[in-house]
Amino acid sequence: MVRRRICIAFKAVSMSFHDSKWFNSLPTPKGDLEKIQRRGREYLDLIGMPKKSDEAWRFTDLSRLSSLFNLPFLLNNPTNKIRKNIPLPSSKFEGFQLVISPGFDPLESVDLPDGFTQLSTAELDGILGRTIDKCSCNDEWLVAVNNSCTYRVLGLRINGDNLPPLELVLDSREDAFVATRIVLIVESKTKFDLFQVLLGKNNSAHSHLLEMHIGSDACVNHGWLARGTKESGYFATLAIEQDIRSQYAFSSVQEGWSFGRLEQKIVQESGYASTALRGLQVSKGKEQIVNNSTIRFDGPEGVLDQLQKAIAVDYSHSIFNGSIEVPRIAQRTSASQLSRNLLLSKHARIDTKPQLKIVADDVKCTHGATVSQLQEEQVFYMLSRGISHEDAMRLLLKGYCEEIVRTLPVSGSRWGVLSNLLEGV
Amino acid sequence: MINPDAELILEISDLHASVDDQPILKGVDLKIHAGEIHAVMGRNGSGKSTLSKVLAGHPSYKVSKGKVLFRGEDLLVLEPEVRARIGVFLGFQYPVEIPGVSNLEFLRVSTNSRRKQLEVEELDPFAFEELVRSRLNLLQMDPIFLERSVNEGFSGGEKKRNEILQMALLEPIFSILDETDSGLDIDALRIVAAGVNELSKKETAILLITHYQRLLNEITPDYVHVMGFGKILRTGGSELALELEKSGYEWLEEESVSPLRP
Repeated sequence: MVRRRICIAFKAVSMSFHDSKWFNSLPTPKGDLEKIQRRGREYLDLIGMPKKSDEAWRFTDLSRLSSLFNLPFLLNNPTNKIRKNIPLPSSKFEGFQLVISPGFDPLESVDLPDGFTQLSTAELDGILGRTIDKCSCNDEWLVAVNNSCTYRVLGLRINGDNLPPLELVLDSREDAFVATRIVLIVESKTKFDLFQVLLGKNNSAHSHLLEMHIGSDACVNHGWLARGTKESGYFATLAIEQDIRSQYAFSSVQEGWSFGRLEQKIVQESGYASTALRGLQVSKGKEQIVNNSTIRFDGPEGVLDQLQKAIAVDYSHSIFNGSIEVPRIAQRTSASQLSRNLLLSKHARIDTKPQLKIVADDVKCTHGATVSQLQEEQVFYMLSRGISHEDAMRLLLKGYCEEIVRTLPVSGSRWGVLSNLLEGV
Repeated sequence: MINPDAELILEISDLHASVDDQPILKGVDLKIHAGEIHAVMGRNGSGKSTLSKVLAGHPSYKVSKGKVLFRGEDLLVLEPEVRARIGVFLGFQYPVEIPGVSNLEFLRVSTNSRRKQLEVEELDPFAFEELVRSRLNLLQMDPIFLERSVNEGFSGGEKKRNEILQMALLEPIFSILDETDSGLDIDALRIVAAGVNELSKKETAILLITHYQRLLNEITPDYVHVMGFGKILRTGGSELALELEKSGYEWLEEESVSPLRP
């Protein structure tokens, strides 16, 4: 009955949803997450597909976005239990790895190390959606998509200061649309390294949503590697809630997606916290890669240090929107945002937009954005040392990327991030 | 060391060059033989640095007339990286910072480019590290410089030492040192000058570009040239530098333009 009602509404608002394989393959809302599924679908029912007139989607190739919804949704249940071709690195890892793959329970036959405990259904019921609410992104389209098709949530509580790094591998499936959702509660004074790797497959789509609450005085070093392949797409929302005096460092690398979109939503809820954001988008061919970040300071003396980089070649398109909100309560905030971009082809395109909303009067906020080619003086300096033009470009691009890649958590190094990034640039 | 029979390393004839359509060099003539050290002095804007950039092949500088022969071959038709590989070295007045590129890797790639040209075996990272550490001693440099990005966060003096380190590794035939003394305190100047003297051989040549006599107290030139109005106005021995230190450039410039005055 509910399904029919949504179908009719979609028909009125957006034919593409109604006709999409994704929509038609969604199971009827059910289970512990039924309420969330319904909420997501009702929102999509009302809004339909994003439109160019929406500021958040102004530069997006909406036809490419729509095409991802022509893939059938793959329910994460045992009948889909076929795991294959997950390119995990073979080098030794001194941490703890969980692979989230369609059809598999990531915690099946896994002993969680000391300091990690699984959240119970009752705990999840009280926590799920809380950080999204705090980050004011409950009404965002990508969140609604994930809500609509969330049938399983990985929830972990993390507590301690001598923890092994956690590596979370998010797998996709060829010719299918998958969704993953994670909730992490990082307790007060915990020190913790998290490295998430999202892998695309040919003709795949992946919707991911992370909610992480970082307790007071806790310190989290978070890495994000989103590595796509041809005709793969993903969109992820990372909602982060920082308690008083917490430290959060986030480094991201996105590459290889026909369409990739990362939304970071961060709120420093009580002030005196610090956030360091480092991001790198590398787009080739006809790829479109988006990185949007929003940070809101809901307390005094918060700190933000942000550096976002992009390299665009061929006919690709890279987009960055960086929003900083400093309400009246956030006195003595210190925020700096720099967007540095390399446009290496006359057909490529880069759009970068800082947005500062500052109400507090005693703050220090700086921002800057550059779009350029490789600096002629740097190239000449290398040539004047006998280095070939090709090697000079390789060294300069490597150096450009290295500034971000080296900030990934330690386990990032075993994924061959740099060599992969520079292939074909 | 002047030896009239020594190989002619560099021959510049009636060289005219411009940058951004602004003529800067207006007829430079200069011959440099193996074993010689030449100093070029002159006011700001006289064309000294332009000459160095033109010789190194900077793409922003356009040669409109004249020729430059390096060991008898036309230098101007060669790409900058080829000039470097055959033994032309420019020590930059303002060495460029390259964030993210390790100094060690940069030095290794450039050294191997030169070694390839010389048909000497290229060095793997281990063998290169051994070589570079021996050269670091020459300039009393801390090995920590190797771990940092190229020139990033280096002081002015550290950058200049890094330039001479590159010279020591590349073993050029002809080195142009553009205001290597600027930004150096007196102790650093002596260390850098000692390094340059050590690297000066009877089969190589050096062109020093400087404003001040103090560098020439440490590195004795065989010839001193004064540039003005885009050409060489006067050539002399090291005593010319002392005269300039005492009397400035004005008398020389007046002397060179006076025949044109009515």
